[in-house]
Amino acid sequence: MNPLSRQEPYVIQREVKPLDFLAAGETASDFKETLKSLGIPPEICRKASIVTYEAEMNAVIHGGGGIIALELAGDRITIVASDEGPGIENVSLAMQEGYTTAPDSIRELGFGAGMGLPNIKKYSDELEIETELGKGTTLRAVILLDPSGEEVSDLCRTV
Amino acid sequence: MILGDVMKILEAEPLSRALNLDVDLHTAFAADLMSDVLALARPGTLMITGLTNIQIMRTASVVDTPAVVFVRGKRPPKETIDLAEKLGIPSIITSKTMFEACGLLFQAGIKPIRCVER
Repeated sequence: MNPLSRQEPYVIQREVKPLDFLAAGETASDFKETLKSLGIPPEICRKASIVTYEAEMNAVIHGGGGIIALELAGDRITIVASDEGPGIENVSLAMQEGYTTAPDSIRELGFGAGMGLPNIKKYSDELEIETELGKGTTLRAVILLDPSGEEVSDLCRTV
Repeated sequence: MILGDVMKILEAEPLSRALNLDVDLHTAFAADLMSDVLALARPGTLMITGLTNIQIMRTASVVDTPAVVFVRGKRPPKETIDLAEKLGIPSIITSKTMFEACGLLFQAGIKPIRCVER
């Protein structure tokens, strides 16, 4: 079926457990395979997978776990990551590359260097973050199936 | 260049079974920070890293990297190798440092990826 002509939204969601670093990333792999099987172009699958992975790591590291949902409807893929964690104190600071509140144990895994939200923004066409201290965070990232303007692939090139 | 050539240059040994030595490689990216790999690696880019945890394979899968080189002789734990096999990502290990591994591959014609100036 051509996903562009889809009438009913396609939605799947997965639970992410807190500090489960063995399972972290399974949702991103799962969503990628699902999108591939639906005939979504590889570069779009890749973007959605990277966004999911970073959101998943945020939920695992900071959010006390959470729910990650993939929605495919009309001209877009929407990744929604919700947690009931501590919330983000200063969203504009968290969006800056290099700003982090993650402990050293996370950096030993290759994460926690303040690139999570900037990477999500980089690979999304639209990004909304709702957060409340002590209540949690919901992140909604949109990836257009037919993006216009500058694409991620233009940001880095082979020499 | 194919993965078999990379293995000879780096005097590397395979970590996963059913290694496809004919994987074609033109570019490489070396990092211990997976978020940088997610930010910058292009599809088809060989990943060179000194980290060995399972998230290395998750990252490699997400960015569509064709193969992973573990440097400094650090042997990944079983879960990392198991996931590499499950995902079909060829993985090799070399005792060379990241600097030397990169230098040898660059000398042999593997290209870097370039990032736009910020």
